[in-house]
Amino acid sequence: MEGDIANMGQFIGAGLAGIGSGAAAIGVGHVAGNFLAGALRNPSAAASQTATLFIGIAFAEALGIFSFLVALLLMFAV
Amino acid sequence: MAENTEAQGAAAADHGEGGGLVFHPLDQFIVEPLFGDGPIRWYTITNVTFWMAITVLCIVALLVWGTRGRAQVPSRSQSVAELAYGFVYKMVEDVSGKDGVKYFPYIFTLFLFIVFANFLGLIPTAFTTTSHIAVTAVLALAVFLTVTVLGFVLNGSKFLGLFWVSSAPLALRPILAIIELISYFVRPVSHSVRLAGNLMAGHAVIKVFAGFAAVATIAPISVLAITAIYGLEVLVAFIQAYVFTILTCVYLKDALHPSH
Repeated sequence: MEGDIANMGQFIGAGLAGIGSGAAAIGVGHVAGNFLAGALRNPSAAASQTATLFIGIAFAEALGIFSFLVALLLMFAV
Repeated sequence: MAENTEAQGAAAADHGEGGGLVFHPLDQFIVEPLFGDGPIRWYTITNVTFWMAITVLCIVALLVWGTRGRAQVPSRSQSVAELAYGFVYKMVEDVSGKDGVKYFPYIFTLFLFIVFANFLGLIPTAFTTTSHIAVTAVLALAVFLTVTVLGFVLNGSKFLGLFWVSSAPLALRPILAIIELISYFVRPVSHSVRLAGNLMAGHAVIKVFAGFAAVATIAPISVLAITAIYGLEVLVAFIQAYVFTILTCVYLKDALHPSH
């Protein structure tokens, strides 16, 4: 019985950590959307800023990956 | 706990259709020796080291054998090698500046290794070496140590100016210094976990959908989903290598010009 409760906690925690993926998705969409909005206003400057775009996306995405890692740790390492 | 999940998985598999996954989606990342099944020592040839060796051989094949003609009008393989060279060279020049070009060979090596490891990992039944944090952590720690040592060697104590934001109000600077210091030491963690996590997540998702393919009614959807995600993974394999390389360039720029 106690083991079941601990298991339940793990699964709930892993599911909650999944919210982080959604939050990261919002962040990445925000970065890409704002880049597109800026790029359509000044298309000539867009090509030079793609590196910045990918850096921004990478930083936003890394935190989502952290939440995925937390979920994995809860499921398999605890 | 591990045995517990395995037992549950086996029990679910016995139930047949609709009883959960037949195999575990993370089984593909198990490191095992290629020959025999003894304990893994540092010299044991495992599937990880085997696929890393193939990665290195592929890079050598592209750069040495592919460009052996040294033709004025390049052959197909020579064009690919030249394209990769030019792509990374321009990236280093744009992000790190003219001073950074000196470190181009290191960054080019990193890029080629990661991009080849990612793409080789996409071959069915292949092993994705970069999905292991142990592999990417070595790459990221090497970058972190290189950049830190380089910063102190080139700039001396001025390198600490990276943490002392001179454009901020004086009262805020100690707080900002702490934040900058933490973010500096989190760099190798996020650098490695980003690459490994992205690849591991993508490959695990493919396996999860592959598990659904065992149920006849949703098998077509599952096959379509695998195809779509595979396409996404091809994109991710390149973008993550690109991101790893460009972040290396950004860190290098910080070491070369630490003033805020």
